[in-house]
Formats: sequence, structure tokens, C-alpha cells
Amino acid sequence: MDLSAINPILLIAAMIAASTPILLAAIGELVVERAGVLNLGVEGMMITGAVCGFIIAVNTGSPLVGFIAAALGGALLSFLFAFLTQVTLANQVASGLALTLFGLGLSALMGQSYVGIKPPQMVDTQMGFLSDIPIFGPIIFGHNIIIYLGLLIVAGTWATLKFTRAGLVLRAVGENHDAAHALGYKVKRIRTLAILFGGACAGLGGAYISLIRVPQWTEGMTAGVGWIALALVVFASWKPWRVLLGAYLFGGITQVQLNLQAAGVVFPVSSIGITIIIICVIIASWNLIFAKKKSRQYYFWLLFLSIAGVFFTIFFQGATVPFKVEYLAMSPYLMTIIVLVILSADKSRAPGSLGRAFHASQ
Amino acid sequence: MKLSHLLAAAALAASFAGAAIADGHGKTKVGFVYVGPVGDGGWTYEHDKGRLAVEKEFGDSVETVFVESVPEGPDSERVMTQMALGGADLIFTTSFGYMNPTINVASKFPDVKFEHATGYKRADNVSTYSARFYEGRAIQGHIAGNMTKSNIVGYIGSYPIPEVIRGINSAYIHAAKVNPDVEFKIIWAYTWFDPAKEADAAKVLIEQGADVILQHTDSTAPQAAAQEAGNVVTFGQASDMGQYAPFPRVSSIIDDWAPYYIARTKAVMDGTWESIDTWDGIGAGMVGIGEISDAVPADVKAEALALKAAIADGSYHAFTGPLKKQDGSDWLADGETADDGTLAGMSFYVEGIEGDIPQ
Repeated sequence: MDLSAINPILLIAAMIAASTPILLAAIGELVVERAGVLNLGVEGMMITGAVCGFIIAVNTGSPLVGFIAAALGGALLSFLFAFLTQVTLANQVASGLALTLFGLGLSALMGQSYVGIKPPQMVDTQMGFLSDIPIFGPIIFGHNIIIYLGLLIVAGTWATLKFTRAGLVLRAVGENHDAAHALGYKVKRIRTLAILFGGACAGLGGAYISLIRVPQWTEGMTAGVGWIALALVVFASWKPWRVLLGAYLFGGITQVQLNLQAAGVVFPVSSIGITIIIICVIIASWNLIFAKKKSRQYYFWLLFLSIAGVFFTIFFQGATVPFKVEYLAMSPYLMTIIVLVILSADKSRAPGSLGRAFHASQ
Repeated sequence: MKLSHLLAAAALAASFAGAAIADGHGKTKVGFVYVGPVGDGGWTYEHDKGRLAVEKEFGDSVETVFVESVPEGPDSERVMTQMALGGADLIFTTSFGYMNPTINVASKFPDVKFEHATGYKRADNVSTYSARFYEGRAIQGHIAGNMTKSNIVGYIGSYPIPEVIRGINSAYIHAAKVNPDVEFKIIWAYTWFDPAKEADAAKVLIEQGADVILQHTDSTAPQAAAQEAGNVVTFGQASDMGQYAPFPRVSSIIDDWAPYYIARTKAVMDGTWESIDTWDGIGAGMVGIGEISDAVPADVKAEALALKAAIADGSYHAFTGPLKKQDGSDWLADGETADDGTLAGMSFYVEGIEGDIPQ
């Protein structure tokens, strides 16, 4: 068997589609954490969004209305978390875990009579001649609207956090809530809004699974995606574009490994070297363009790694081993962590007030 | 006279008290540990139907408890311990990965009876039970080999354990028998239940040309993916998955645990429970074949039903020689059938299947 069994256009389209639920949930959680709140209830909000979206989409016949309902459902559940942590000052970790358990149970209850029903299908957006461009058409312009919405939210979050006053205030609240409070900002109100935003995004991500990716309702169908989104926020150093990169890496490699398994492709050993070189080049150019000045040593190490990669490639040229399925299965986790950890070598750190309760009298 | 009255009254009171104590414990408590949610529509759903059948059969004299979505591994040990401490008399642990945890917990609670599904480790208070799903896979393979036009059959495996490998081999043997050109593409999902991943795996297989999908994972997600693709045949797994009939789901393997669960609960009540190894198939009714839908041509359906009858009455074994292993070495001579020991530990593909089994 060879690679010809894999259709690269379908593969890339599938990679983008598979990344979207994680991306939506993670970008929502990123905003929450940048406001200084740790909400471990992502999984619960996702599954609630999944069931709300499914029920409404089936009853109204419109997937779009379903997605709106999913966002509302996720936000509503997160409001419970906001009440617990912002008003009653309950412990955030415990409240978040409770939210996950509650969401899983609630969704199972709500969805009981919806098992085995086929939801209305989401039509891909038609972009006229754009979708007909060979290769790029199906990859870039052939998706449903939620995928573009996800990208839009990432861009919007990045721009808001970086360039607007509202973003600055939100970050201030997350970095040091006492100082923000002293300046007259409404810490609780801002945090509550951030939590609601996070809930809405998680709900959208959940509905993406139940309405588009699988399309059906099954109890517990998010199966841990929320936890991956949570981890992704940390590994992405609370930066929106890195969340996007991480989500695409994770979703993408998951798809690639499934494709490789099905095609029974053998593994060219030299590709390890090539991968190392590519990663080093990407990181170096990323840092040259976006990041502040690095020490010379940093680039020296990258150069060293690249040269090692070149030698590796030449040495193992033409050698192949069969893919080990167990390594393929772990590769999405491994690669995402490695890339994001290397990127976070720039001493990014968590928001200063992350996970701490705030009360004006303290 | 008076004294004898008194003694009699005392004896009577004592016997009542004894009866009361016995009655207090008379309510047999049965616990179930599930790997997925009870609403998965597949594996766990059928186990829970078995639990409900136990409740219906014994009414007030039995109490059942269950914990769903328990990860395989150390976490399951905690759940089982909790159940045993909570007074369970009999605990069913319903996934392969609970094998070692079950043995560990059972050694700490010698008075509690344990039943582990699909495993091979037993103890004085641990029984094992499983169904010969591979018999059902033979019928699926027969239909799959006939139905595929692209000659590519996709197979979503969960974990590379003997149970799953048996299924792949059995399906392949019978598909290749009616269609020598058939090719199996196998994806290991490394999960029992993850609808999104199962759907992705099904879509990948469909993209790579498969027009029949067999699954050994628990959710109905692959059925939904096949339905969306439009021209892909599937089979219900563990449960009938009849909501996807008549197409894409053309038949199914149904696990029927209820009679076994009722019998074992009864054995605990009567005090006749012993550690045994049960491995029943189509003949005993533990494996059912869901209705073969009209999407299957009548002659194929008739052959499939004949195959089912032959397996049920024991006149045909799903692993009958001549068969070779994947590496070309001889396994079974002409007419020879596989013994249960080999089947229980099966860790090789039969000849014709491509790819390696992950270790």
C-alpha cells in the first residue's frame, strides 16, 4: 500500500474540521483564564452545548439555530459556575469539576429521547467561484460557516486582547485583581462576562461534534475533548494564535495517523530529520517575525538541531520501517506538546491571579 | 409447663430474630461496572439491559447498582472497592481492561463474588464470561464479502486484544471465502467509546475506498458517518443499532447478557455460585444476529441464515481448516477446528490480512 490511497485535499479539509471543536473550546477557556478564572468545567459545558444544539436543531430543522442554542446552553451552564465562584466565592477547581459532572448528567437526561435521531444537515457555505478553484477551493472555501466562525473568534480574541481597552482591562483583572479593583474596574462583572463567553464557545464546540462531526446524539459523546482543550490553553501559554496552532496540530495529526493506519503506509526514517528541520525553521522564523529579540544562544541551538536533522536525513536516506500503530496513536499528543513547549521557551507565564478568588474586602 | 412455654417463646423469638437478620441480608446486591455510558447504544447499553432484566426477574429481593464510564485501569479498582464496601454480593465488571483490577479487588473481598467479562484470569471468587462474538463476525464477513463493490472492507478496531483480533480474523476468513479479492483496512482507535474519533475513523476508511464498515467500538457514530456517505454498509455492534436499519445497518451482532446475569444472580441467592468460565455463542443465545435487512440480496441473506443455523447447531465452526497464519505457516489442517485455548489467546492474523498487530 502506498500514499496514493490518501486524498490530500480531503485530508486537509478533514484536519481543519477535526480541529474545530477543540479550537472553539480552547479559545473560550483562554479568555476565561486571561481574566484570572480557572474553569475546569469545559467538558461539561461542551456536552451541554452538544445536547442543547442537537435538540433545538432537530426541533427547528435549522442547524444554525441549533448552534445559537448551543452557545446559549453552554453560557447558561457557565453562569452557574460564575455564580458559585464570583458570588459565593466557592473554590474554582472544585466548582469546575462539579460543573463537568453536572453537565454530563444533565445532558444525558436531556438527550434521552434524542438517541438515534438524525439531525438536519449543515450545508457547506457556497462561495461561488472561490470553491471551484482547484485544490485551494475545497481546502479553504469549502467548509461550513462554524469553521470560519472559529477562526474569526480566534482573530477577534487576539485583536481584542492586544489592541483594545476592553482587552487591556480583562488582562489587568487576570494579572492582578486587587490592582484592577483599586483602579475602579468591576472585577466580578468582567470575570462573569469572560466566563459566559467561555461557556458559549465551549457550547459551540460541543454542538460542532453532535451536529456536524458525528452527526448524532450519544451520551458522553465529547469523550474528553474538553480536557484536551484545557491542556492546550496551558501549553499554548495563554496566547490565541498558539491555541490555533495547537488545535490544528492535534486535530491534524489525529487525522493523519488514522489515514496512515488505514493506508498501511511504511515510515521513511529520514522524515524524522526533515520534520526536525521544518520545525526549527518555523520556530526561528516565527520568533524573528513576532517575538522580541532572542539571545544568540537560542538561535545557535536551533541551528545545531537543524544540522543534526540534515545529517540524520542523509544517513537514513531510503530506510523505511513499518509504522507502529501505538506510536501513531500517541503522536497527536506528543507532537502538540513538543511543539508548544518549544514555543513557550520564551518565558510565557500564567496570568498572575489565575485561580484565585476575589473579594473587595480582602 | 410455664418454663417450657417460656423456652418455646424464647426459641421462637430467637428464630424470628435469625430470620430477620437473614432477611435483612436477603436482598442480594448486584453491582455493575461499565466502561461507557449506559446510553452508548452499543456494548454498555446491552449490559445495562441485562441489569434491568435482573431487577425485573427478582423484583424486591435484589438491588442493583452501577457506575458508568469507568476508565480501565487503577480508577476501576477504586470503583469496585467502593461497591464491595457498599455491600455488593456480586459484581460484574464488563470490560477487558478491568481484568487485573478485578483480580486485585477480589483478593481483598473473598466473600464477594466477581464476574469479569471477556477476560481470562479467574480466582475462587472470580468467574469469567464472554460471548463467542466471532461466530457473529463470520456471518458479518459473509455478508460483507458479498456486498462490497470496491472489495475494500474497513474495520475499526478498539484495542489489539485477542477478542478483537478473533473478530477480524473470523470476518476476513468468511469474506474472503465468498470474495477472494477482498481487502481489509484496519484502524486501531485505541478507545472503546469516543464517538468523534469513531466517526473520523469511519470517514477515513470511506475516503480510502471502503464501502463496508465493520466496527468493534461501542458507539453508533460509525453508522452515522456511513449514513452520511450514503452508499456504505455497516453492521450493528453489540446492540442491534436498529435505528440505522435497513440501510446502512444491514444486520448486527447483539449481545444478550440477561439470561446469564439472571442465572448468576440466582446462584448467589441460592448459595450455589462457583467460579466458572462461560463462553457461549449463537447456539446458547448469548450472541444474537439482528435482522438481516432487505438491502441484502435474498440469496446472500439465505446463505447467511444457513451459516447461522450451522454455527448454532455446532455442525460448523467459524475457524475450520485449512487455514494458515499471516506469515504463511500452517495453523489448521483441512477440517480441523480451532481449540478454545488458541482462540482465547489469539494474537496473530490469518493469511491474507495485511498489516501488523500492534504489540
